[in-house]
Amino acid sequence: MGEIHLDLDGLLDTFFEEAEEHLDAFETGLLELEATPEDHEVIGRIFRAAHSIKGASGTFGLGDITSFTHALETVLDRLRAREIAYSADVARALLASVDVLRGLVRAAREGAAAPPEAVPVRALLEQFYRTAPAPKPEAVAQPAIALQVGRKVRVRFAPKPDFMCRGMDPLAILRDVADCGEVESRVVDASAVPDLGDLDPESFYLSFVLVMRTERTDAEIAEAFAFVDDLCTFAIEAETEDAPQELVEADARAAGEPVVDVAAPAKEAVAPPKDAKTPAAASTIRVATEKVDKLLDLVSEIVIAQAMIVDATRAPGPDAETRLNDALQALDRHTRELQERVMSIRMVPLASVFGRLPRMVRDLAGTIGKKVQLVVEGEGTEIDKSMVEQLADPPTHLVRNAIDHGLEFPEQRAEQGKPAEGTVRIRAFHQGGNVVIEVGDDGKGLDSKQIRAKAERLGLVSPDEVLSDEQIHELIFHAGFSTAAKVSDVSGRGVGMDVVKRNVEALKGSLSLSTEMGHGTQVRLRLPLTLAIVDGLAVRVGAQTFVVPLLSVLESFRPMPSQVRAVLGASEVIDIRGTSVPVIRLHELLDAPNAERDPSRALLCIVEANGTSLALLVDDVIGQAQFVVKSLEVNYRKVPSLMGATILGDGRVAMIIDVQSLARTDHRSRAVATSSEVMIPVSEVA
Amino acid sequence: MSKVALVVDDSMVIRKMVTMALKAISFEVLDAPDGRRALEVAKGKDLALVITDLNMPVMTGLEFIHEFRADPDHKFTPILFLTTETDEGMRNEARSAGATAWIVKPFHPDKLIAVIQKLGI
Repeated sequence: MGEIHLDLDGLLDTFFEEAEEHLDAFETGLLELEATPEDHEVIGRIFRAAHSIKGASGTFGLGDITSFTHALETVLDRLRAREIAYSADVARALLASVDVLRGLVRAAREGAAAPPEAVPVRALLEQFYRTAPAPKPEAVAQPAIALQVGRKVRVRFAPKPDFMCRGMDPLAILRDVADCGEVESRVVDASAVPDLGDLDPESFYLSFVLVMRTERTDAEIAEAFAFVDDLCTFAIEAETEDAPQELVEADARAAGEPVVDVAAPAKEAVAPPKDAKTPAAASTIRVATEKVDKLLDLVSEIVIAQAMIVDATRAPGPDAETRLNDALQALDRHTRELQERVMSIRMVPLASVFGRLPRMVRDLAGTIGKKVQLVVEGEGTEIDKSMVEQLADPPTHLVRNAIDHGLEFPEQRAEQGKPAEGTVRIRAFHQGGNVVIEVGDDGKGLDSKQIRAKAERLGLVSPDEVLSDEQIHELIFHAGFSTAAKVSDVSGRGVGMDVVKRNVEALKGSLSLSTEMGHGTQVRLRLPLTLAIVDGLAVRVGAQTFVVPLLSVLESFRPMPSQVRAVLGASEVIDIRGTSVPVIRLHELLDAPNAERDPSRALLCIVEANGTSLALLVDDVIGQAQFVVKSLEVNYRKVPSLMGATILGDGRVAMIIDVQSLARTDHRSRAVATSSEVMIPVSEVA
Repeated sequence: MSKVALVVDDSMVIRKMVTMALKAISFEVLDAPDGRRALEVAKGKDLALVITDLNMPVMTGLEFIHEFRADPDHKFTPILFLTTETDEGMRNEARSAGATAWIVKPFHPDKLIAVIQKLGI
């Protein structure tokens, strides 16, 4: 048979992606099983997930994953067959297995070492099938044998008399067996061949014994007999390792077996690729065929519109202008739809972010002794894929905080007439081009007095400062407020709210909070649907156009000459409703020549990020629009103060200002900055 | 005209891998993620080979093999099914449902090609 080269590496990414999905399903299933331990349908689903991972991992030579899922599958099989009962111990082992498998998949993907927990968790699993009645020997034996190198086996193969009548070729089978390793001896038993007169020419009378050295497992060798196992008898036995070959043959002779040499090809075994290559984790996306079909439809519409335009311009006639206008309108409509549809391809449901929450809630609630019901709504809400990957943390931290700090202990809740079980509700929905994620609890709510006292103690506010309740609540987002920030993530406790806020803002999102003492707290994240397109305000500085993300723009106005004043030498501030806001001269920061230098003849655009307000000095505001963000890092290099570039309608390139990095810079250097020093060193941004 | 094969498996990796192997030996390949969809795809088609998983959601491989075989168009189409070494019982059931042969998972695509060639499909 001709050699056919197949490149499996290209499929690895699909495998990893699918493995993650199976693991999510696995985990969800396990949590369902907690509620309904007898549910066969759920056990079947879990089993299938493990089974699929095992099947595919074997093909790719990911032995760690295969052998671990094998152990897992064995336990699940027992569970399915009711040979073992579902118990807290089983649940713990299975949940721990999910984590190990995730680790193993990640390790395989990144070419890293297998997680150390794999061994103890594996032992935990094995303990359930060791105690189970009548374990299938091959199931238990396989992983152990797989570790042995070049063991010796004796394979017996005795075709039934009608073997060849059924269209089977014994030599083909022998060849398959021989391919499993290095054949050391071959014996043909012809003792069953009758006298010529009694011989049925269509019957088969021989049987065979091969002694060989192999790295394959019994099950793998048995595959050679896959289609003939009801047409023959066969046995695979371990051969004593040190038995010299002569002895084996002597044995055979002693047993009265006539020896005939068979010219069986002893081919080098083709070992499965054990060191699967680990390509850089390429990001892939799965798209429903219908979506792609619709794109194709639209593209053909656009091609038609384009042809109409060409036609209208080439064949002038009385109606040429009307035709041209119609075609342009069609083109406009279809192009916009195409943009929307292409964007929608990148959209994936938030379910993957929310999917991990039930497990976390279960673990955390158990650890700290609170009763928690998690309500998840709107997990089908879609958001850009690139966002999903970065969005995992904030909702997790918020839910964690809600349980850790928001909800009371059952007895406290009982005292207040609340149900012992607290509710944490996470809800996602679309609102005006944004995705909103709300995390709410029915716990104790924020205590303004306590927060204020703590903030004063930490020196964040002075005792005589007048603050509204809202302003006080905002303090919990202040870096340095949360003491939990020092506690490591591993312990299962929350991280500081300032970290959450920073993460959300890195995604160009915002965060707000409402709370009522004794009734609970709700945190609301508002995120753009995508980072690929930004709603922005185009501003002019000198001859250049810049874009300021609209999310951070508060207002723009022309200041009175008296409003802007210099402090600390070269630095300037403007007083807006009693607050001093630092002025940043964009023309200096971004080196744009011929700009208006007098603020009272230019405009100030007030922006806010990370709780810091800044006044950007610009010549003019051009207007707001959506801008496609092109990465500077990919096409050039990372530039401080800029988050990217975009191409304007007239083909010119405009830079998009990174208000957050400006706010951070300014925050750090305000005391010492001359305005030309506002730009921060690259190292600090990176 | 090239021979047409139908691949049925809920795992996209397996579907892709089998498809790749079949294409390498000049099959045209159709695929489906479960038995129900596979029956829809198979309807009225002249198939040279069916490769199906047994353990699938919606409609299992066994049910699929039964129904597929019941269609006079597909009375003689060879059916290869994918199974594991532990599924002895399933193997016999699948055979009596009308399957031709099986392949034990995990397998390398080369092995699949060898089996197809061995069966002379």
